[in-house]
Amino acid sequence: MSNRPPLRLRIPEPWARPGDAPDFSHVRVPPAGDVRRPDIADPEAGMRDLPYSLIRVLDEKHRAVGPWDPRLMPDVLRQGLRAMLLTRVFDDRMFRAHRQGKTSFYMRSLGEEAIGAAQALVMGREDMCFPTYRMLAWLMARDYPLLDLCNQIYSNERDPLRGRQLPILYSAREYGFYSLSGNVGSRFGHAVGWAMASAFKGDDKIAIGHVGEGTTAEGDFHEALTFASVYHAPVVLCVTNNQWAISSFSGIAGGNETTFAAKAIAYGIPGLRVDGNDFLAVFAATEWAAERARTNNGPTLIELFTYRAAGHSTSDDPTRYRPDEEARLWPLGDPLERLKSHLIAIGEWNEDRHAALTEELTETVKAASRQAEAVGTLGQSKPNVREMFEDVFHEPDWRILEQRREAGV
Amino acid sequence: MPNMNMIQALNSALDIKLATDPDTLVFGEDVGYFGGVFRVTEGLQQKHGLTRCFDAPISEGGIVATAIGMGAYGLRPIIEIQFADYILPAYDQLVSEAARLRYRSNGEFWCPITVRSPYGGGIFGGQTHSQSPEAIFAHVTGLKTVIPSNPYDAKGLLLAAIEEDDPVIFLEPKRIYNGPFDGHYDKPLKTWAEHPAGDVPARHYTVPLGSAAVVRPGKEVTVLAYGTMVHVSAAAIKETGVDAELIDLRSIVPLDIDTVVASVKKTGRCVIVHEASRYGGFGAELSALIQERCFYHLRAPIERVCGWDTPYPHAFEWDYFPGPIRVGKALQHCAEAVA
Repeated sequence: MSNRPPLRLRIPEPWARPGDAPDFSHVRVPPAGDVRRPDIADPEAGMRDLPYSLIRVLDEKHRAVGPWDPRLMPDVLRQGLRAMLLTRVFDDRMFRAHRQGKTSFYMRSLGEEAIGAAQALVMGREDMCFPTYRMLAWLMARDYPLLDLCNQIYSNERDPLRGRQLPILYSAREYGFYSLSGNVGSRFGHAVGWAMASAFKGDDKIAIGHVGEGTTAEGDFHEALTFASVYHAPVVLCVTNNQWAISSFSGIAGGNETTFAAKAIAYGIPGLRVDGNDFLAVFAATEWAAERARTNNGPTLIELFTYRAAGHSTSDDPTRYRPDEEARLWPLGDPLERLKSHLIAIGEWNEDRHAALTEELTETVKAASRQAEAVGTLGQSKPNVREMFEDVFHEPDWRILEQRREAGV
Repeated sequence: MPNMNMIQALNSALDIKLATDPDTLVFGEDVGYFGGVFRVTEGLQQKHGLTRCFDAPISEGGIVATAIGMGAYGLRPIIEIQFADYILPAYDQLVSEAARLRYRSNGEFWCPITVRSPYGGGIFGGQTHSQSPEAIFAHVTGLKTVIPSNPYDAKGLLLAAIEEDDPVIFLEPKRIYNGPFDGHYDKPLKTWAEHPAGDVPARHYTVPLGSAAVVRPGKEVTVLAYGTMVHVSAAAIKETGVDAELIDLRSIVPLDIDTVVASVKKTGRCVIVHEASRYGGFGAELSALIQERCFYHLRAPIERVCGWDTPYPHAFEWDYFPGPIRVGKALQHCAEAVA
């Protein structure tokens, strides 16, 4: 043995566990409007400060400030607010439906609604989003039929995915929403390939892809960034850093050492770090990256800094690994409340209108879920069992035909 | 007809698709300017342009992932994995994504990609340049797996694979790229020039997926093989004098079950030959299918001649490789077995 001290294995631990007081002293919240906004055509080398800052637009008085203010029309802001509110109301309803045994599984987007809502409004109808399972707000912002969502969640006879897929793993091509799957990260490279295809064809469409911060540890993350960088793909790659990957905090994914946006630097692409609970900041940063992609200036990595306010899924109990009060005390607040306050501050919204909208959306969701329940909930109704054998291939081979006969359908 | 080796036949198929279908493109490690480590993509970049045939980072997962995204967009990517031994980093993409995209999205998205990869042993490739992974793809619902055994089929099957709307794993037996190899490693090498299947039309044609070829009709035993083992089995049949019916499966999935069953019902005996290791190999599936469908016609136990259940070794190349002597012994054993 040498005279050096023995080596020590470090295991990162979060700042607080159940029973502790939440501790966000490690979260730096710079003032809104503080971060410069480079030109979309600027070279990456000149913007390496951005991944270590935090793009914020809404200040403490709920005013939009600074160079990243996207200067949106009030109608767009109200559209965003509606999508976020609808997501939250729908999530609540479906979370309860799970508790009542109407479905096997559900995952809420609580606290992350600004991301899908803003990005669905930024991106074009012909663009394609390669989402995570916490991007319901995208579909809400694009008016995907609530009844189809409920039918999918109930896996009933009218399920658009014919009972083959777990609840919430939607596919909605017409809404620019790529087929979801349960394995994380494996669609990040598809976004890059899709964008490469558009460039290959000389089209004008771009792609946007998502992973959570936990998934940045997968090889898929590195592969996607490498290909995006090498081929200058017109893609916006996003990391939703909601602090938690099921029970493991972001430090287990490497978040203690650097920011997730800073990982872009190693690939030579711009990295933006954005207040994910600030609708305007998400909108502006995505718009900047989309414009950069559209003008052949290549990909961007965006870290959306937020907090997973709900449990990971209906199969998870977050009180077993983090303090109860953490979500409430998250320094970047609640995205829905912040956008609402902004609209009120600029005189484009008020409590009465908000209450009326909440009431309207609650009724709309209730009506859709009742209609879906009338078709049937899990186990009460399902598509024809023949559907189990369809779409394995474009045409079934002899095995599938035989097995379908054997199954008596 | 022009004479082509398997490399030239594959190159011809790619050339035709690039010339006639603007939605096709070819990429993989070293396939662009250099033309591929086995020369299969030689000249394609120069002829069709940089974006139609280009080099990829050394990232099998990334190559397959981006190809799937391109397929979802509407292209028909043809990608190369340099050795089938190195396809495993992309296994998640192939199993969890390519194979299931159509099913899980109810047909909203699909994956018309072709994954070419040199495979198989007999070249002193050791553990990571010799493997035969077809069984790990055969077990995946939603993937098709194809293995040619000669230049004519290679071109026709590759054209069919590219035009197929389902994802196809296209395994190329690298031992027979330049000439048929019957396992007699101590004899002079043959070229495709002397083989009838070396006559390859310059034009477009397809060999449909899911169609086996009866290479040699016979009455005593059915031999099921694919890739290099077709030639090894042919040599063993000739050397033993057993009147065996040799079937080249050509497709692992979809399998031409009718041709297989008809042959075994006729002969009552079956020997299955593959390079891949035995336990859990594709031979086990073949054996089970035949047992289920031909039980009352069988006059002897089905035999399997396979690679041993070890990693593919270097120095023991010819002890591992199921050559004509081992195949011949199984043939005689099976033909002579009396119930």
